[in-house]
Amino acid sequence: MPEEKREIVIPSQFLGDARKDKAGRGTFIENGKIYSERLGILSKKSEYINVVPLKGRYDPIEEDFVIGIVEEALASSWLVDINAPYPALLHVNEVPWDVEFGDTEKYLNHGDSIMAKVLQVDVSKKLQITLNDRNLYKIKGGHIIYVEPSKVPRIIGRKGSMISLLKKYTRCRIFVGQNGRIWIDGDDEGIARVLYAIRKIEDEALSFGLTNRMETFLKKDAKDVR
Amino acid sequence: MKSEVKLIDNDGKRLDGRKPDELRKIKIEAGVLHRADGSCYLEWGGNKILAAVYGPREAIPRHTQDPLKAIVNARYNMAAFSVEDRKRPGPDRRSREISKVISEALEKIVLTEKFPRATIDVNIEVLDAEAGTRCAGLTAAGVALADAGIPMKDIPVACAAGKIEGQIVLDLGKEEDNLGDADLPVAIAPRNGEILLLQMDGHLTLEEFDRTLDMAINGCHIVSDLQKKAIMEKYQSVLEVE
Repeated sequence: MPEEKREIVIPSQFLGDARKDKAGRGTFIENGKIYSERLGILSKKSEYINVVPLKGRYDPIEEDFVIGIVEEALASSWLVDINAPYPALLHVNEVPWDVEFGDTEKYLNHGDSIMAKVLQVDVSKKLQITLNDRNLYKIKGGHIIYVEPSKVPRIIGRKGSMISLLKKYTRCRIFVGQNGRIWIDGDDEGIARVLYAIRKIEDEALSFGLTNRMETFLKKDAKDVR
Repeated sequence: MKSEVKLIDNDGKRLDGRKPDELRKIKIEAGVLHRADGSCYLEWGGNKILAAVYGPREAIPRHTQDPLKAIVNARYNMAAFSVEDRKRPGPDRRSREISKVISEALEKIVLTEKFPRATIDVNIEVLDAEAGTRCAGLTAAGVALADAGIPMKDIPVACAAGKIEGQIVLDLGKEEDNLGDADLPVAIAPRNGEILLLQMDGHLTLEEFDRTLDMAINGCHIVSDLQKKAIMEKYQSVLEVE
């Protein structure tokens, strides 16, 4: 990672010339000039200028793994809140169980949490999710916490380095949804440590060399490391 | 209108000691509410305003949805204790009008095509009022929208100018608004100077109107800098951890 200073940009801030650079995510072009469209961190990758949002709703992308909370059971589907602007549809064909018509409530009901995958996002932003993938199921037990969706990449770390670190030193089971919901299960002490660590990552999300610092931090009071 | 009170003294100073082209004192703070997606607290002279943004979220009831873009739903409300005589709570003709014009001004700058079928709710709560609440409310809403991380083309800003005792002045105070000749609230997108809101109360000649508009737009740019500073101040701190 290049050791240069990160810069905060606000909407309408001038970022560059459209003839020299390419407008990436979080930007727009007007009269040949690139401006930021939202509050975020400026990042330049190759010739693209991107703005990584600091805050805001989760913007669903196909194939993302998310944690959803069931809002409503319909006759042949469920409506699931995945922290996007819209509720996501989970059809009975997309669950591993054999559900009879009208029997949806037996399997998932209001308030249940599920790990799911975003199946489809169409032009009018209608969302479909699925449970038919590896390791996707209804959540029983454990804790769900919430972080800003923009901080999720830092909690996972590059190629999952940060998350495997957390798992290694706290012996908890952790599932990070791209929508900012994180599921943690393990013994009480372990959960407390994961919570503390995640809040620390959140606070220092924008600093450099975070993974190394987290490792020393977690090593300090780790008991038995697998 | 001839009034008993002298709004401008012999030195050219106004009632509160301001020069004709001087703004009242403005304080802006972003991100003050935890439950809202974005928020802003603003003090503008004697005005105290809280703005909160929720969404984008699915528009309910369903018939209000637009299948192609989001709707921006601003709600301007004055607290019962915001004025000298108690204001009867609830929406009235005045606040519904202001809600409508602010909604339309904000809709112009938010990138609504990104969120079809959704709504962005903006609540503007006037806690204390002293003339120019619609400008202050819109300014606060702009900061709250940016704070909520909503994609938009610009941060909207508003400021008023008017005429008192035959003279064009910036940002009318309470007595000036009540006893003056004209009031012209203006909201702009400061980057390209596009006008988002323009209303007028009272009478101005065409030449006076042009001068008043120019003065109000100049005021907008000053307030815009304060807005940007407030947002930067709130988020600069996230960079300084180490």
